[in-house]
Amino acid sequence: MSLKSPDRRQARRASHALLFAALGDKTRLALVTRLCAGQPASIAQLTAGTRLTRQAVTKHLRVLQKAGMVHSTRSGREALFSLDPEPMQQMQDYLDRVSRQWDHALARLKSFVEK
Amino acid sequence: MENRIEKHVELKAPIARVWRALTDYREFGEWFRVALEGPFVPGQVSHGRILHPGYEHIVWEVLIEKMDPERLFSFTWAQIRYHDKERYSSDYSNAPRTLVEFRLEESANGTLLTVTESGFENVPAEWRGDAQRGNDGGWAQQMNNISRHVTEKP
Repeated sequence: MSLKSPDRRQARRASHALLFAALGDKTRLALVTRLCAGQPASIAQLTAGTRLTRQAVTKHLRVLQKAGMVHSTRSGREALFSLDPEPMQQMQDYLDRVSRQWDHALARLKSFVEK
Repeated sequence: MENRIEKHVELKAPIARVWRALTDYREFGEWFRVALEGPFVPGQVSHGRILHPGYEHIVWEVLIEKMDPERLFSFTWAQIRYHDKERYSSDYSNAPRTLVEFRLEESANGTLLTVTESGFENVPAEWRGDAQRGNDGGWAQQMNNISRHVTEKP
């Protein structure tokens, strides 16, 4: 990855701030789960079998796009949406490391107060 | 995905003992491995030095938020962008901060401690690359410290 221009960095900063907000919604989580299956999907496909309107799905996809988690490509007249797992993966890795550090610190606290 | 970390640990020690280990700066420093300069006071910043070999240049800085005796102890701390000596800076004025909360409850065998850390949405992606947060300093080393601590003072 050599996309390190200031603009790009700014965009990444913004997108990561949006990441949690983007995921803090059941409908968007459902869309993400659906896209996790791997195949790019159109708005029609993502709407099918749900109680959501096309407009609602479009609105939620836009939020996910802004957060850098979803990208769209055109296929003929349709836009196809696919998941970009990288921002989530990065965040998850970070939280996993922080989490492990707490496990170790708390193990030390435990031996400290129980001795 | 959770945007916070939550840990529960059951401690076989009275709540007053756990409270002291958390809020007495010397005791806190001992298990957290940081040499603190003075007592924790709500609303005040507390400074210290990381005690891990190779990380002693790192300043540990927290702002104490709440000290509700035997119930809640909380602080915010500055995230550190780079831990290596060459790039490290002790100027935390622009550093993103997360909130750490220790909640204590009495339990059948002693104390149930819940630790949460939140505010990770404030940490930009480029701050997450160097994940050593100063208090860890290599966990292999840390595990040695623990086993030594336990075997020397059973």
